[in-house]
Amino acid sequence: MIPAQFRYQRANTVEEALAALAEHGDEAKPLAGGHSLLPLMKLRLAAPEVLVDLAPLDELRFVRLDGDTVRIGALTRHHDLHGDGVLREHAPLLAHVAGEVGDQQVRHRGTIGGSLVHADPAADLAAALLACDGTLVARGPRGEREIPATEFFLGPFTTPLEPDELLTEVRLPRQTGRGWAFEKFTRRAIDWAIVGVAVCGQSVGLVNMAGTPLRASATERALASGAPIAEAAELAAEGTSPVDEPHATAEYRRHLARVLTARALEAAAA
Amino acid sequence: MSIVGTRVVRVEDGTLITKGGTYVEDLRHEALTGAVHATFVRSPVAHARITSIDTSEALQAPGVVAVYTAADIDLAPGQAGPVAQPWLADGVVRYVGEPVALVLTEQRYQLADAAELVDVDYDPLEAVASIDAALADETLLFPDLGSNVAQVTGGEFDEHAFDDCEVVVTETIVNQRVAPAPLEVRGAALAWGEDDRLTVWLSTQNPQLARTIIALGLGVGEERIRIVTPDVGGGFGAKIGSDPEPVVLGWAARRAGRPVRWTETRSENLTAMTHGRAQQNTVTIGGRRDGTVLAFRLEVVQDAGAYPRTLFLPTLTELMASGVYHFPRVETSSKGVVTNTTPISAYRGAGRPEATAAIERAMDLFAAEIGRDPAEVRRTNFIRPEEFPYQTPTGASYDTGEYAAALDRVLEAGGYHQLRAEQARRREAGEPVALGLGLAAYVEITGGDGGGESGRVDVNPDGSLTAYTGASPHGQGLGTSLMMLLSDQFGIPLERITVRHGDTDEVPTGVGTFGSRSLQLGGSAVRRAAETVIERARALAAEMLEASPDDVVLDTDRGAWHVRGAPSSATVGWADVAARAGDGELSEDVWYDEGTPTFPFGAHLAVVEVDTLTGKVVLRRIVALDDAGPVVNPLAFEGQRHGGLGQGAAQALLEVMSYDSDGNPTTATLADYSFISATELPDFELLHMATPTTRNALGVKGIGEAATIGSTPAVHNAVVDALAHLGVRHLDMPATPLRVWQAINDARKAD
Ligand SMILES: Cc1cc2nc3c(=O)[nH]c(=O)nc-3n(C[C@H](O)[C@H](O)[C@H](O)COP(=O)(O)OP(=O)(O)OC[C@H]3O[C@@H](n4cnc5c(N)ncnc54)[C@H](O)[C@@H]3O)c2cc1C
Repeated sequence: MIPAQFRYQRANTVEEALAALAEHGDEAKPLAGGHSLLPLMKLRLAAPEVLVDLAPLDELRFVRLDGDTVRIGALTRHHDLHGDGVLREHAPLLAHVAGEVGDQQVRHRGTIGGSLVHADPAADLAAALLACDGTLVARGPRGEREIPATEFFLGPFTTPLEPDELLTEVRLPRQTGRGWAFEKFTRRAIDWAIVGVAVCGQSVGLVNMAGTPLRASATERALASGAPIAEAAELAAEGTSPVDEPHATAEYRRHLARVLTARALEAAAA
Repeated sequence: MSIVGTRVVRVEDGTLITKGGTYVEDLRHEALTGAVHATFVRSPVAHARITSIDTSEALQAPGVVAVYTAADIDLAPGQAGPVAQPWLADGVVRYVGEPVALVLTEQRYQLADAAELVDVDYDPLEAVASIDAALADETLLFPDLGSNVAQVTGGEFDEHAFDDCEVVVTETIVNQRVAPAPLEVRGAALAWGEDDRLTVWLSTQNPQLARTIIALGLGVGEERIRIVTPDVGGGFGAKIGSDPEPVVLGWAARRAGRPVRWTETRSENLTAMTHGRAQQNTVTIGGRRDGTVLAFRLEVVQDAGAYPRTLFLPTLTELMASGVYHFPRVETSSKGVVTNTTPISAYRGAGRPEATAAIERAMDLFAAEIGRDPAEVRRTNFIRPEEFPYQTPTGASYDTGEYAAALDRVLEAGGYHQLRAEQARRREAGEPVALGLGLAAYVEITGGDGGGESGRVDVNPDGSLTAYTGASPHGQGLGTSLMMLLSDQFGIPLERITVRHGDTDEVPTGVGTFGSRSLQLGGSAVRRAAETVIERARALAAEMLEASPDDVVLDTDRGAWHVRGAPSSATVGWADVAARAGDGELSEDVWYDEGTPTFPFGAHLAVVEVDTLTGKVVLRRIVALDDAGPVVNPLAFEGQRHGGLGQGAAQALLEVMSYDSDGNPTTATLADYSFISATELPDFELLHMATPTTRNALGVKGIGEAATIGSTPAVHNAVVDALAHLGVRHLDMPATPLRVWQAINDARKAD
């Protein structure tokens, strides 16, 4: 449980962080809450040579409403998202989902940026952001770019971020007044989702139903054409490719996706 | 008023909670100055020939002091049942996690880097990764043994045993492998002294047994080994005595000429510490349609893991096969097989939970088959109070029991009939969330090892007390219980009583804490010693009070002796008596070996809700009655029950240590191995009953494992009961959502 040797560098500004990343290329990794990166390093599944600690970057810890856009700093912790008044009012799904991630310790360290960049197919916030039509903002030596959530998750643990880019912000249209619900299916309270379903209005995001978070598009289309919830939810597993594991087979996951989608849509409509 | 039977906050807790204990890893002992750090290179494959081990690169790594392999070790191999177990794998590895090499470094952080550089070539062999694969005997773990079956008992069955039965049900029930996962992983610190004695600070449940094992392993006399047990963060049976690692470390400390420190990692612990349970049990139960069971047969197959060191487990299961029932005919057999998996050893209950799980599932299967309520079928077959002492067909001699009363109390407190009505209502209405009620009536055996226990009591010159016990408490709160017993006997307040244990130089004889034995035997030993000391003090007090010994009494409210009938006249306190006593006169050291096994019993009702659409089970209630005789400290007693209920429910619902067909563990981190937490448990509803035993000086039975034993089948039965109307008659533990969902689907298809 001791990681391989690495160098530690503390970034005091975003510019410093970017300079460090530019200098070390893919030998470096930004460190946010460390709750995905450090376990991997301790198990020696990851061995970056340089860690660039983003902890001092308070400038990336915020939630604010900017016109019709909710803007969230990449370093905002799950716990802070969960308790944030602005988020609760204008993107309540995201605030709720943040409170369902892991346990108290995880929520007090883990950040939304870390969760999104880590791109675990079982991550909760990623699917929720996808359901809310979110956008990710990256900054690098070539400037700033916006990447829609639909284009951000390329595969398990794979995103279009370059090694010298930082995720700085997450944006999503305000969801004020839209129905929402989150169904997270776990064995124990602290577990990752076996399957999760995030509903935002008529949008449905799926957790752990493929190598990336994805939208239940067949369900969404059915809803758009006026199908009742029960019927639309039956289509929730279409186009998914969940992993087959001894404790949760692919067939079981598809079944769960249908049941949970129905429940989430019912709850969101209520 | 006596302190015994009152809720006393455990004296152990203040430090453990506020400051933290001092575990092996925390020790800052002079003798450990300059210690090197140790880690084991462990096999990543289940079964393979080792074709070469190259340590040269590792030896060059920063801080490396030594790297040892089997070729270096000049000790006779250890023994695991009928086979030899090398200290480090010698030519063959037989499970993932088996130690292959030992690395010593100057600093702890250097260990992992150096260990990665030990280059071992494995030539894979076919893995025997399940009981069925073992029984097939196609690949043998130990070719010299000629079979993977390491032990066989019983099995000469009467082919007519079930002839007079109207109904016979049979089922094979898996009692899955689980990991003990104590909060404190294994650890040891070792130093050879100038006097050529080895001191081992060890996380163990019994230092005296550890001393024997380590001395034997190192081929030295026991007088050359001293074991010191600091605080121990849980053992659950897996820290009984010593594992092979401390022997290797003791050898290495000598070879390297340096003290050695070792603490395994959490991931290492999950595959390298022994596992528990791992039985496959076939039950056959037959009887009449009125609910009377006439014959029961239990065929046990114990997966012993790669090195079959604990083959008493299946025979203990056989001993307890018929549980709380008076069955005319009981037949048992057992086989212990080796597989390419982590060795199996004791785990909370060790052999008895498996017996209870088998018979309690069998009773439910039988009840379902004849269409009677499981509570009623149990009641029909209970051993009645007037039948005690009761000799079971399998050879156990039960002391005392009130089995029917226990069940009735639980049914009443739980509102069993109302719950059944609610269950019927939900089924009628076709509600997707089904209600399940599970019962378990159990009896278990504590202090069943046949060993005695040591106890010593000293009155100190200042009138305080010091007691020494051969028990080795590690979280149970036994120290507080012994202090309460002594305070009651001597009239000395708790603050002036000290209980010491765990250093073999201080307590040279002892058996330890396992098998729920420590109060009934350790407590009886201390009680016996105290009685002798008090009688000697009586003589002294009589002299001082110028009365005959028969005329002086000990006022245990004040801790003072006075002449009978004259409490307000002259008194003599403990310090006064101590001042008059000769050297050692107020000290007594006893070996208590009159205690014979006792048989705690109880009944549990579990209530679950099962979401039949997803298969998810939520444990709503546990109503438990655990009768272990008179209770010394209700707080500690309930604590043992809470832990036991949680651990037992965990086996029913969550925990399983799994392997794929190549023998790779698939639940080797705590992210995958699902232990239970408070969130998954209801508030426990505890009922009290105390039926004393006649079999020891205190009249007490053990409570350490009882609740674990009852709760597993209660929760398991509840899950099956919830699904009964859907046609499910059995599913194996743990009742994970996937399994439940599949069982519902299978039943639907079969319909
Ligand atoms: C016990 C446990 C349970 C958990 N349960 C859940 C759960 O139920 N659901 C869930 O969704 N998650 C869960 N998590 C994951 C948790 O949400 C993590 O905190 C999160 O995935 C990573 O966030 P972090 O801030 O800790 O990132 P880190 O671990 O610091 O980093 C993760 C990755 O992202 C990169 N990175 C981080 N920030 C940036 C940035 N601003 N720009 C560019 N790259 C960046 C890092 O280099 C690294 O590769 C759990 C974690 C643990 C330890």
